[in-house]
Amino acid sequence: MEVDREDGRSQNQLRPLACSRNILHRAHGSASWSQGDTKVLAAVYGPKAGTKKNENPEKACIEVIWKPKTGQIGKLEKEYEMILKRTLQSICILTVNPNTTTSVIIQVVNDDGALLPSAINAACMALVDAGIPMRHLAVSICCCVPRSGLVILDPTKLEEQNMKAFAYLVFPNSVHSVLPEGSLSVQGEPIENGVITSVTHGVMSVDDYFFCLERGRAASTKLSDFLRRNLQHQSTDSSKAG
Amino acid sequence: MGLPNASGDLSTEVEVDAFRRLFPLRFFEKHLLESIRPDARPLGRARDTTIALGAVASANGSALAKIGSTTMLAAIKMEVMAPSMETPDEGCIAIDFHMPPICSPIVRPGRPAEAAPVVAKQLSDTILSSGMINLKELSLVSGKAAWMAYLDIYCLDADGALFDAALLAAVAAFSHLEIPVVSLNDDGKIVLSEEQGLSEREPVNKEKRKVNLGSIPFSLTCILHKNYILTDPTAEEESIMETSVTVVLDSSSQLVSLYKPGGAVLAYTSAIQDCIALTRQRVKELQKILEEAISGMEVD
Repeated sequence: MEVDREDGRSQNQLRPLACSRNILHRAHGSASWSQGDTKVLAAVYGPKAGTKKNENPEKACIEVIWKPKTGQIGKLEKEYEMILKRTLQSICILTVNPNTTTSVIIQVVNDDGALLPSAINAACMALVDAGIPMRHLAVSICCCVPRSGLVILDPTKLEEQNMKAFAYLVFPNSVHSVLPEGSLSVQGEPIENGVITSVTHGVMSVDDYFFCLERGRAASTKLSDFLRRNLQHQSTDSSKAG
Repeated sequence: MGLPNASGDLSTEVEVDAFRRLFPLRFFEKHLLESIRPDARPLGRARDTTIALGAVASANGSALAKIGSTTMLAAIKMEVMAPSMETPDEGCIAIDFHMPPICSPIVRPGRPAEAAPVVAKQLSDTILSSGMINLKELSLVSGKAAWMAYLDIYCLDADGALFDAALLAAVAAFSHLEIPVVSLNDDGKIVLSEEQGLSEREPVNKEKRKVNLGSIPFSLTCILHKNYILTDPTAEEESIMETSVTVVLDSSSQLVSLYKPGGAVLAYTSAIQDCIALTRQRVKELQKILEEAISGMEVD
């Protein structure tokens, strides 16, 4: 059943993605990520010496600061900071640089739906640009359940407001491995099927949620390919002096 | 004397406590191998839960919920206000969650806890999106007056599973809520009617009425560690094994929220299905506990 979307996309089609790295010269790593009209800028400073008071000094610490486009910092920003911090903590290898703090600053340039997933993608690319050691990349997508019809991906702000429910999902990136297939799977499922983060809004049935997970996984494969091409292209392109 | 070694033979009481502090993860893993937790609970069982309604006499609705040691006090005060232009026949609910220093040694006065705004936002999203309260019921005079419900939840003891206890307390407070009697006075303003049969003024609503609750959301937090799923963690378990999944289901088994904020352990489909199944069982338990608390109040 075809769903009519305003910008003419099909249900599984993502908006045009654009990502550029190393755009801020003072930051140790930076990236700008845009999905359609949603644009987020991420900057990484670190690792810096010392951790904050209540943090474990035997591991590296990640601090996230979220700057909204307009308005004061409120509970929404604090929640996004916490979700981003815990997501990034799970992908970074924290034992490599103990007793250090890495700051990730997210600046919202424009919000047109799927803001948190764009921010997670931007932060991940900025961490790659800064050279922070990571286990794998985090690939993030927004899936929504409309009042009638099938799950659609990557909504605009208008679509998000008219949905019954939506879910922000973060998966590890897809693996290209020289090892035989199946040797990297956990409990019979490949690593890229695991959910790193899931945040849902609105009421949906349990089956709808599993359907969202399925669609999200399929989309995350496409996103992973985009990331891979982007990273390879830029690294062969730039001739950095270091 | 001597340090406990990896294959620890823990003969004296002092050594067990030292082992627990020095090697917390190994201490827990030894228990998990036997499918049990240090407080003797099996992995899938939640702590003892109690609800006491009407804990705050001056509030329009209140409840004290305890899950194990985690204690939450919820209270609702109703105020009349003018509804917004976009929704002239809907009331409003403002939800706030506080973690005063009494609740935990890590919370200091003057520095708000990191968890507080996050839990407040989660609660707000869950309660408003679950459709438990129909905001149109809170309307008095369309376009001119509507009820504003201020729900405040205070954490009195933070011992893990804060969101679960807070949601339970909020839901219990709403089920205890009685909307006060008001009437329209000569200036066209709504005032509280102090006594029954007080002269000329016609009450806008005849008697103190209860709010009709739609499908009530209940939640369960689980911790994922390697292949184990531990339900209803204590604060110690949460600090050692950081990956938690909170599932909120309503009474018609619809998924209101599945919240997994990062964490080193990835959640595969089987783990998510197990968490949802555990939550379904917990929903039945909590429904029973809530119904008993409500019927206990009505007898009085």
